[in-house]
Amino acid sequence: MTVGTSPSPSPWRQIRRALLRRPGRAQGAAALLCGLVAFALVTQAHTTSRTNGVSAARPGDLLAILADLQGRADRLRQQVSDLQVTQRRLSAGSAGTSAALDAARQRAAALAILTGTMAARGPGVVLTIADPHAALHGDVLVDAIEELRDAGAEALQLSGVRVVASTSVVDGRGGVVVDGTAVRPPYRLVAIGDPRTLASALGIPGGVINSVGGTSGAKATVVTVPSLEVSALRRLAPPRYARPAPTGSP
Amino acid sequence: MIVLLAIVAGVTAGLVLQPTVPVDLQPYLPIAVVAALDALFGGCRAWLERIFDDKVFVVSFVGNVLVASLIVYLGDKLGVSGQLSTAIVVVLGIRIFSNAAAIRRHLFRA
Repeated sequence: MTVGTSPSPSPWRQIRRALLRRPGRAQGAAALLCGLVAFALVTQAHTTSRTNGVSAARPGDLLAILADLQGRADRLRQQVSDLQVTQRRLSAGSAGTSAALDAARQRAAALAILTGTMAARGPGVVLTIADPHAALHGDVLVDAIEELRDAGAEALQLSGVRVVASTSVVDGRGGVVVDGTAVRPPYRLVAIGDPRTLASALGIPGGVINSVGGTSGAKATVVTVPSLEVSALRRLAPPRYARPAPTGSP
Repeated sequence: MIVLLAIVAGVTAGLVLQPTVPVDLQPYLPIAVVAALDALFGGCRAWLERIFDDKVFVVSFVGNVLVASLIVYLGDKLGVSGQLSTAIVVVLGIRIFSNAAAIRRHLFRA
């Protein structure tokens, strides 16, 4: 600053004099207006900061802000509907997956009962064949099994051996051999199915009971039971030659 | 001295009272403040040049504020209020800068 070297009359001296001198009429008017401006400035600044400028904005600006907000709302709404569509698709996909899983489980259970790898429970009949002289041949038992199958038996068990599609019954010493297991009389054939149908299939004239009764000393009895259990299981060997064909599924 | 006291008093009153600007006045107050600032700087400059006259100062102050408000009002009626407000602020800002430059030259000879 060059206050000291400034030539007279220095503006600084003028300011000092104005600050010290008794205020005149001119200073009074200036002071009034200055105070007014300060008041208005503070008020305006306060209003602007408090209202975030929205209430002081002009109608045109407000319209622009409104349009902007509406555009944003539209975009967000679009996003919401997109996401809802995605969510619906995903939940439908998971429902389809679980339905397919349920169907696969049911089919697996049906196949397990069919192949004898799973115990089965249900209503059915028990055919008991007493043969004290061991005079019966295996073909009688095979007839009984075939008869029960024709009548709709779904699970069969002969004296503790599960009877499936590939089961063999061969004559043996003092009894029969079922799938390699020697079985002695009395034979107990358990079949799960409709009890009345099974019982009547066994009891028809010329049927199993008749033919057993024609053999010396042998006697067959049929009992219908509301809840039976076929508990014998069979080890399932994987097929050596047969493979599932690609289009073999029903 | 009394001028500084008045400024302090005005700021204090604004802070303490926190008056709400009437809705009708809201577009005009900022422009009026800028116009008044322009008049204040002009008055400062005139005082430093020793040609200050209180009557001229009051008239220019009130006139500045009134003309600025009138232009904003006209702009509102014509639908160009935003642009006219901007124009007023630009013009007054230029004047404030030139006045400030003159004051600076008087005070610091630079």
